[in-house]
Amino acid sequence: MNFEFFLADLWAARANLLAGLWQTVLISAGSVALGTLLGLLVGLGLSYGRLPLRIALRIYTDFLRGTPVFVLILACYYIFSAAGLDLDAFQAGCLALTLFCSSHVGEILRGALNAIPAGQTEAAKSIGLTFGQTFTSVLLPQALRQMLPTWVNTATEIVKASTLLSVIGVVEFLLAVQQVISRTYLSLEFYLFAGLVYFVLNFAIEQAGRAVERRIAIPR
Amino acid sequence: MIPVLNITDLHKSFGELEVLKGIDLAMHKGDVVSLIGSSGSGKTTLLRCVNLLEEFGRGRIEIAGEPIGYREEGGRRRRLPERQIARQRAMTGMAFQQFNLFPHLSAVKNVMLGLTKTKKLPAEEARAIAESWLDRVGMLARKDHFPGQLSGGQQQRVAIARAIAMAPQLMLFDEVTSALDPELVSEVLAVVRDLGRDGMTMLLVTHEMRFARDVSSRVVFMHQGRIHEEGPPEQIFGAPGTERLKAFLSNSQS
Ligand SMILES: Nc1ncnc2c1ncn2[C@@H]1O[C@H](COP(=O)(O)OP(=O)(O)O)[C@@H](O)[C@H]1O
Ligand SMILES: [Mg+2]
Repeated sequence: MNFEFFLADLWAARANLLAGLWQTVLISAGSVALGTLLGLLVGLGLSYGRLPLRIALRIYTDFLRGTPVFVLILACYYIFSAAGLDLDAFQAGCLALTLFCSSHVGEILRGALNAIPAGQTEAAKSIGLTFGQTFTSVLLPQALRQMLPTWVNTATEIVKASTLLSVIGVVEFLLAVQQVISRTYLSLEFYLFAGLVYFVLNFAIEQAGRAVERRIAIPR
Repeated sequence: MIPVLNITDLHKSFGELEVLKGIDLAMHKGDVVSLIGSSGSGKTTLLRCVNLLEEFGRGRIEIAGEPIGYREEGGRRRRLPERQIARQRAMTGMAFQQFNLFPHLSAVKNVMLGLTKTKKLPAEEARAIAESWLDRVGMLARKDHFPGQLSGGQQQRVAIARAIAMAPQLMLFDEVTSALDPELVSEVLAVVRDLGRDGMTMLLVTHEMRFARDVSSRVVFMHQGRIHEEGPPEQIFGAPGTERLKAFLSNSQS
């Protein structure tokens, strides 16, 4: 039984593992935050933009959503450096996750806005609201509530996808774990441990999402 | 006296389909005009043009003497900018068949929204106005309820309060009872009748013939995008002058 060895090695490697975990949190939170901001703009453009913009954004979202995240990460890492833009692995990886997130958020927002009955906009107009006021007071509050569960799901997908940054050498949590394994040879134990940590992370995100959902639910 | 509403030669098409084929209609302060006519005759479209929810190709609509929606510029007709349109929309209030309350806002917040956003009133003042109108429609006790917690009739009364709290010059009602269960119709009609008694100028589309006869100062019968016959309710219902109106009335008696 290697459990005592495992605990001893885990304790010994705690600083590296925590540093890796911190990177994972940083990468995920940063990509989700930036990707959501960008995605809201994409969703606005998809919903209300002129035709050429809508077509361009449609291609953007369909392309990004149809490409494996792994390919996006490699593309960001190699293409930008080939183009002379100096992105380090961390930046390239975050960029890929941000773009991926934005395409999903854009599509989610478009869908949510589209699902709001036309009568809502008309009622807002008939009491004299401008388009901007209608959007911020009537459409967005409804769309955001509708989006929340899917958006939380996207956030957990990003956490999982952040493991792929290990391939281009970013020492996030998974790579930190692998480095410990290469010293200790306790692969089963440490991979199980890594799985548990990711599960806890995503479980926490989902529970937080549910709590917010309950808080902002419309009474009925 | 300047009419509250003056429509001259209004035409409206959806693509190839001409839905309004030259409507002329004037209303003065305190008039209650009922629009009747079979489904598809253009009643809803007429109201939506007056509320600027539809663009219209030809003709002119004036609210209290102000031409709405368009301006003439060197012989060319131009749609007014968004801000102007929004202001002009607030000169008329509209109650919809499907209520269209904002589901994420409580009853009182529904009524306050236009007051704070369009009229820029401070929240306190808006709340006071909203509560007094909710009281008028018998909904003050449920002011903090959300639309999903209200019956259809209650939602429609809140929706009417929301429109009328903006102090419009003209209220438009588009079949406000036709989405309601039969037992909820009378509470909404009572509110509308009450507003008419108070001197509100109202243009209403209705299928409730007895109600139209009761509340209207004038009844307008529309057929295929035109005003086919109009007059005081006693004449329209008591002595209809055209075969079409007779046929329509005998069909809607059932
Ligand atoms: N947005 C639209 N696009 C195309 N046709 C429409 C639209 N709205 C209404 N129509 C058509 O215009 C005609 C008049 O409709 P409407 O004004 O709703 O009649 P009513 O309210 O008297 O039943 C109908 O033939 C209807 O199909
Ligand atoms: Mg209609």
